[in-house]
Amino acid sequence: MEQFTGRVWVLGDDIDTDIIIPTEYLALKTIEDMKQYGFSPLRPELAGQIQPGDIIVAGKNFGCGSSREQAPEVVKALGIRCVIAKSFARIFFRNSINNGLLLIEQPDLHDHVKEGDTITVTVNQDVDHNGEKYPIASLPDNLVEILNAGGLVKAMQKRNGIHK
Amino acid sequence: MGQTIIEKIIAHNIGRESVKPGEIVTVNVDRVMLDDIMMPFIVNKFNEMGFKKVWDPDKVVMIYDHLVPASQQDDVRHYKVGDAFAEKYGMKHVHRSDGICHQLMTEAGYVKPGDVVFGTDSHTTTYGCVGAFSTGIGYTEMAGILGTGTLWVKVPETIRVEINGTLPENVMSKDVILRIIGDLGADGATYRALEFSGSAIENMTVASRMTMANMAIEAGAKCATFTPDEKTAEYCEIELNDFQKNLKGDADAVYLKTLKYQAEDFVPVMACPSQVDKIRNVTEVEGTVIDQVFLGSCTNGRLEDLRSAAEVLDGKKVAPFVKMIVTPASRKVYEEALREGILEKLIEAGAIVTHPGCGLCCGRTGGILSDGERVVATNNRNFLGRMGTSKVEIYLASPKTAAACAIAGKIVNP
Amino acid sequence: MGMTIAEKIIALAAGVPEVKAGDIHTVNLDRMMSNDGTTHLTVDMYHNKLKHPHIADPKKMVFIVDHNVPSDSPKTAASQKKMRDFAREHNIDFWEGKGVCHQIMMENYVRPGELIFGADSHTCTYGALGAFGTGVGCTDLLYGMVTGTSWVLVPETVKFNLVGKLPEGVYPRDLMLTIIGEIGANGVNYQVMEFTGEGTKTLSVNDRMVLCNLAVEAGAKTAIFQADEIALEYLRERGREPKAVFESDPDAVYAREYTFDLSKIQPVAARPDFVDDVVPAKEVCGVRIDEAFLGSCNNGRIDDLRVGAKILKGHKVSDHVRFLVVPASQEVYLQAMKEGLIEIFMESGAIVMNPNCSVCWGSCQGVIGENEVLISTGTRNFKGRAGHPSSKVYLGSSATVTASAIKGEICTADQL
Repeated sequence: MEQFTGRVWVLGDDIDTDIIIPTEYLALKTIEDMKQYGFSPLRPELAGQIQPGDIIVAGKNFGCGSSREQAPEVVKALGIRCVIAKSFARIFFRNSINNGLLLIEQPDLHDHVKEGDTITVTVNQDVDHNGEKYPIASLPDNLVEILNAGGLVKAMQKRNGIHK
Repeated sequence: MGQTIIEKIIAHNIGRESVKPGEIVTVNVDRVMLDDIMMPFIVNKFNEMGFKKVWDPDKVVMIYDHLVPASQQDDVRHYKVGDAFAEKYGMKHVHRSDGICHQLMTEAGYVKPGDVVFGTDSHTTTYGCVGAFSTGIGYTEMAGILGTGTLWVKVPETIRVEINGTLPENVMSKDVILRIIGDLGADGATYRALEFSGSAIENMTVASRMTMANMAIEAGAKCATFTPDEKTAEYCEIELNDFQKNLKGDADAVYLKTLKYQAEDFVPVMACPSQVDKIRNVTEVEGTVIDQVFLGSCTNGRLEDLRSAAEVLDGKKVAPFVKMIVTPASRKVYEEALREGILEKLIEAGAIVTHPGCGLCCGRTGGILSDGERVVATNNRNFLGRMGTSKVEIYLASPKTAAACAIAGKIVNP
Repeated sequence: MGMTIAEKIIALAAGVPEVKAGDIHTVNLDRMMSNDGTTHLTVDMYHNKLKHPHIADPKKMVFIVDHNVPSDSPKTAASQKKMRDFAREHNIDFWEGKGVCHQIMMENYVRPGELIFGADSHTCTYGALGAFGTGVGCTDLLYGMVTGTSWVLVPETVKFNLVGKLPEGVYPRDLMLTIIGEIGANGVNYQVMEFTGEGTKTLSVNDRMVLCNLAVEAGAKTAIFQADEIALEYLRERGREPKAVFESDPDAVYAREYTFDLSKIQPVAARPDFVDDVVPAKEVCGVRIDEAFLGSCNNGRIDDLRVGAKILKGHKVSDHVRFLVVPASQEVYLQAMKEGLIEIFMESGAIVMNPNCSVCWGSCQGVIGENEVLISTGTRNFKGRAGHPSSKVYLGSSATVTASAIKGEICTADQL
């Protein structure tokens, strides 16, 4: 079972896509250009503090708002290993899977974790926080397929006979 | 067993008798909408995926609206990428400065009752106003559809919203949907379809229904559905076929829950900073001083919205030092408002009438605000930083309320 | 010794019987205009650099938000807020989104014989009503605001005799571009262009504004017409009285004189990146364009919209061209609506925007991108003026600009 450990950033409820990446920066050429502005309306310093492998733990309705796929791409580009939230908005959820960003729904962890804590995620099984285990569900098959292919682009490449 | 509207649309699309919530099915796409801001990303993903042709160029509609007129030098790159893509793959439906994508999709006849439509913008839920299944997706999935013409969807559960009676004079469909979002919460309908019915809904214009379908996403909904009727047929310039006529929730359909409202109970409301579900009666926030009013967007930039505001503003003036910006939803809306003398009234009252487009709602131009400023806006989102800095306060309201506030220079009940 | 109109206005403002070119005088300013390009800087200086901040006469001040309307970024919003708050606090006339500053000044304030400073180079426009308007920086503006006065070096005057009448299809803009092409971008540096002669009688106040407005592109401190019956009629219609109506004395001293025969003027264009690189419009026909702009303080008035609409009627804007139509003021916009011009523009696929400076200054609302080509009725075609540094701007008349928008490449109206 895949397992990883990371440092936690704690965010609240209804973290919308305008917070994740404001429209002002949406037409920048690349995700790399955009990522420094990630979460800037809420916490301008956050993008510069996130280290590869860190984990975001948020409240309900993470990623609500627009269909901008730049949002999960920016989160991923910042090095976030996965986002654990009480719930996710649906377009953001699809977009994340399609980009290979792991999202985990967990109703209780958010109420117990502090920023800077370290947690260990065992995929499809649980999250370990200071020895306390929080169970997590496994994803539907069709999503696992896309994730396993490495995202939707790779899945389509496979379909079109392109091997990269 | 009976079915809800969304179940009927999906079943029809995949050639089955029925579908059940939770099923994952692959639908055949009737139309897609690509907007300018996502264009380079869609094209990149499409190329990366290795497709050699677009599945059906006639089903593709490309609309430049977020970045029109260009406010930054690089914005025009999005038009160029789109134009080249359209040229290469034979897309003919390209709108370069005709207004907001969601307005054009129904207004220009691209969406019909019962269609399955996807767009690269979250407010794609709007087309439920004519009884279509439409929802927003990301650019990677859009690239996939452009190559395959299909997409997987999970059949959503349906929440039924029934509103009977007659709305008070000063209440618009915007007040209704804001109240419903407040009751459901910003994630109250996540993954679900909202199905609207009842005599108040039947009495609404297609434009008013559009406002409600547009904002369904703000409760997290996957889509919103309305039963197509004679008004829909007239608006879409079609005769409804049997399938379309039958797009109503069956009496024995299964709903996750039903919300019932009496139309007379509604009052003018606002979504207060900075959550869409932070709904207050206008009377509760009355007196709050404002700096700006924005009338426009795919939520409330239509003819009836401009007309309502013009009626309130007729012969009056926007308060000194308050800026009122009016951005019609489409070229057609602008032209109709022009012919009706609505634009003239608005300008004479002191409003700034801009070219149709997303304008301020998408926060790139059109009246951006600064620290400490407050705006009453008719659009769909009041997120932190959406219209400038994170110290801007956005109150969402109906066009009537917005116009009344513009005159008073503060929040007032219309 | 005789004086020119400009000298008489300065003498009146200085309270002396006579001035001559080269003199330096302290003058009382009749009016000061500042727009959102620089007002926030003036306000900052007012708060930070003055020991005893004070405004001599708030009634002489006019603040106009026109450059970035509606605001396009938190930064411009903050500057405009600063301006708005200051105007409110000090009881200063404040206009936002009502039009380009010079058009608003002409419609509402300027009177013959006045001496007006504006924190914008095209303040020279006001000479169309026989006023002395000139552009200054924000420090000069601040000094004027605090003291009500300023100093001026009396400029020499250069006389432009206009004879004849412009042919059909040729516009004041062609005339002025031709003049600038002939005398060069510094042809009348620090001098006054005085337009005179029987040809002036064929020009309306709006026409005269086109000429005066571009005077700064030849380096002029200002340009001026005598306030004749045509000018006084314009004033009367707007319920204003002249401060003083002057004409130049027969023995006034001019640095130079030129004569232009209006009947010989042809449609012209200024090529990138210099306003004085003027050629017959025919010579640049065929250049593919991405955007066309009909608007600005130079050419966004009702006459210009009429010319454009007449040509556009029954045509469509080329698919690959963004045709921006920007009335110079709300008054112009409303008039154009009443005349059905806006309907023609919208039906043809043009982008009709709220009155503002738009792409003429290239910072918001229609900027052009990398390697793009614009044909414009704006004031300037400097490198990068309308957007990306690699972009190119051609200047032409409203007729040429509209015809080009239809054709998709530079084209004169007669070749459409």
